[in-house]
Amino acid sequence: MNGALRGVRMIDLTRVWAGPHATRMLADMGAEVIHVTGRKLVGPLTVTQETARILGVYPDDEPGERHWNRNSQTNDLMRNKYDITLELDTPEGLSLLRRLIAISDVVIENYSPRVMPKFGLDYPRLQELNPRIILCSMPGYGSQGPYRSFISYGTNVDPAAGLASLMGYPGEAPYMSGNAYPDPVAGLFAVGAILTALYHQRRTGQGQYIDLSQAEATTALLGEVSLGARLNGVVPPRMGNRHPRQAPHGCYPCRGDDTWVAIAVRSDDEWRAFTHVLGQPTWGAEARFATLSGRLQYHDELDRHIADWTSHHHAYHVMHTLQNAGVPAGAVANAKELVNDPHLCARDFFWDIDHPEAGTRRYAGQPVRLSATPARLYRPAPCLGQHNDQVLGGLLGLSDDELAALRDKGVIGDRPLPRNG
Amino acid sequence: MTAALQGIRVLDLSRYVAGAYCAKLLAAFGAEVVKVEPPGTGDPARAMGPFLHDRPNPETSALFLYLNTGKQGLTLNLKHPQGRDILKALVRDTDVLVENFTPRVMPALGLDYATLSAVNPRLIMVSISSFGQSGPYRDYKANDMISYALGGYMYLNGHPQRQPLSGGGHQPAYQGGLHGYSGAMAALMAREQSGQGQHVDISIQECMASIHQFTINRYVYVGRIQKRLGNRYQRAHPITIYPCKDGLISLAVSTQEQYERFLALTGLTELLDDARFATPFACSEHAASFDECLAPWLQAHGKHDIVHRCQENRIPAAFVNDVAEVMDDPQYQFRGFWHDLDHPVAGRQTYAGFPFHMTATPPVLQRACLLGEHTQDILTARLGCSHTQLADWRAQGVI
Repeated sequence: MNGALRGVRMIDLTRVWAGPHATRMLADMGAEVIHVTGRKLVGPLTVTQETARILGVYPDDEPGERHWNRNSQTNDLMRNKYDITLELDTPEGLSLLRRLIAISDVVIENYSPRVMPKFGLDYPRLQELNPRIILCSMPGYGSQGPYRSFISYGTNVDPAAGLASLMGYPGEAPYMSGNAYPDPVAGLFAVGAILTALYHQRRTGQGQYIDLSQAEATTALLGEVSLGARLNGVVPPRMGNRHPRQAPHGCYPCRGDDTWVAIAVRSDDEWRAFTHVLGQPTWGAEARFATLSGRLQYHDELDRHIADWTSHHHAYHVMHTLQNAGVPAGAVANAKELVNDPHLCARDFFWDIDHPEAGTRRYAGQPVRLSATPARLYRPAPCLGQHNDQVLGGLLGLSDDELAALRDKGVIGDRPLPRNG
Repeated sequence: MTAALQGIRVLDLSRYVAGAYCAKLLAAFGAEVVKVEPPGTGDPARAMGPFLHDRPNPETSALFLYLNTGKQGLTLNLKHPQGRDILKALVRDTDVLVENFTPRVMPALGLDYATLSAVNPRLIMVSISSFGQSGPYRDYKANDMISYALGGYMYLNGHPQRQPLSGGGHQPAYQGGLHGYSGAMAALMAREQSGQGQHVDISIQECMASIHQFTINRYVYVGRIQKRLGNRYQRAHPITIYPCKDGLISLAVSTQEQYERFLALTGLTELLDDARFATPFACSEHAASFDECLAPWLQAHGKHDIVHRCQENRIPAAFVNDVAEVMDDPQYQFRGFWHDLDHPVAGRQTYAGFPFHMTATPPVLQRACLLGEHTQDILTARLGCSHTQLADWRAQGVI
């Protein structure tokens, strides 16, 4: 079966996470994504054992001969893409990039806003090369405005966008997400905007410029909170795991080290089912717990009773038992449990991918499930510059001699270059 | 300028957040989106607050008002056979149907994808649910906290010695909506080539499981289970939130170059001679000691001063805002992120917009529909229904 985006060609100039997350989804859907790596940005030639241990991204903490081909993050985000290397500060590198842009549908980049104009790659210039081209820029705060030159990562965007202000224990400081949540959020909005622009391009032949703010992307997902604050004048406090209209609603310790279960009782019916599962304890029959307002008022006490019960059981046992009685509950899955989750496995969510320098490893698959044009694995993540010959030779028609000359000059290659050299 | 999705017709059967956000995005790009709600109560999001002046009113719920911008309101009782027939009649010229019921509901109504695609083979149906349309947890119940938990996200949030934390707002549900939008657009792209619609199955658990950075990869590559770290991040320091003279600031010093510039700015360059603090990676293993060295500088400087001085030195730093502060932020204001919209019941209010500027097909924000606001117009214009027929259906509780 063909992918949904068969026939779409993209030039991917992005780094780190937000941009690569976007192009991974598009590549999973069958787009031809050509990632362009600048070899001065790959990092040092060698990584010490000590740094490797702290980074925790190489197979068994072993960076190997070519650590850049063994990095779990790179191998996760680069699947289904092609990789070429070009040094944009050389005339040859820039010229080759311009030739690729001329025969592509989309360019996506997450440099700071001064970089693309510096290389003469601002949108008006790209349109001269290719009137149908779509350019998506995704800096931290957008390409214009007082913060346009701010550099940021997802861990910064989280507090800046208002998200951290809503996570934390009651009465305490805000917490940032444990997983740089704004990065994939920005990537997902980029996918949505690019697909919309592609659909428009296919119907009208017109390209366009997309200027995406990573900070706004996260704030957009809090839209009911900001509007709510305008409607009733209340900026919501941090509530831990409590819920304003449901009780009990919380996270409870289970049998074993650092294992937890989340339980949400949303109605009086679910409350009755819940106490039934617990074996009708005497406290469960107390009148003050019979109503939502009572359960909200005496939530602390309720939590102690529930924790007494959950701490004798495994999290998954509590989850299955409550779910079978119709009460929403979920084990707080750690990485090991997530990778082995029977439901995710039954749906073949994970993809086991064989990579020449990292071995066969399991990765998260593609959550957008399309029945007629499913996402799939086309190829494992490329090694650095793996497709230089295929793309520059095959697509642009460079001869073997020309490719060899580029290699000799250092315009292309398969090893990192020193940063300041 | 034309709308990207001009001429695309959408039926939005969703309740609460996930499907509604997907359909809101389709509406923003010019699709004709019909929000199908049960007569009487409407989308249960209308019963959730916060409300204007805290007075419950189905037309002034912030959740509903935000998630249903740009849509037309149709009431239709899908439990009534006539209601289902009307829906099928609408499906005949519909491009995208969005729903986020639990997976048994649409088949039980006789409105599963197979049935609807027989009515209209070009139909794209987007189904968003907590666990997807198949598998052993298919019928399990979830809400945002439980999706955080089973998606592997909750375990990473919060203090290492305390209970894991669910995050703010309705993030897992929004993830379902965002992924649903990509699925709808990819299916529209595919239909341009094939002429056929398809079924998009979005599991919110899978959405959450697919947006991890160090969780799955670290376990699979290294065998280590990533723990939550409080206000810290993996492998480098300082990536954190710090108190300063007049509030909080956020730092994300992630590379050696940034780290050295930060130490120079704060007068702590001599720390580089100490092996514990020679790199941001080593520093991450001695964060508490590092924070002691840094605290006097932080306490001597205000947040505006720190953020701007860091950024002038190419060091990632940011403000720590609540939503009211974000609404006043000069960068958001400059880009016109906030929009004032008039609504006949809720009045003129400020709404978050969309995070992208697009030169050819900019997204457009228009107010949310009232319950059943366009029922008569839609059924008259699209199905040619007479006033007598509408009156009958209204009397029978169909619309």
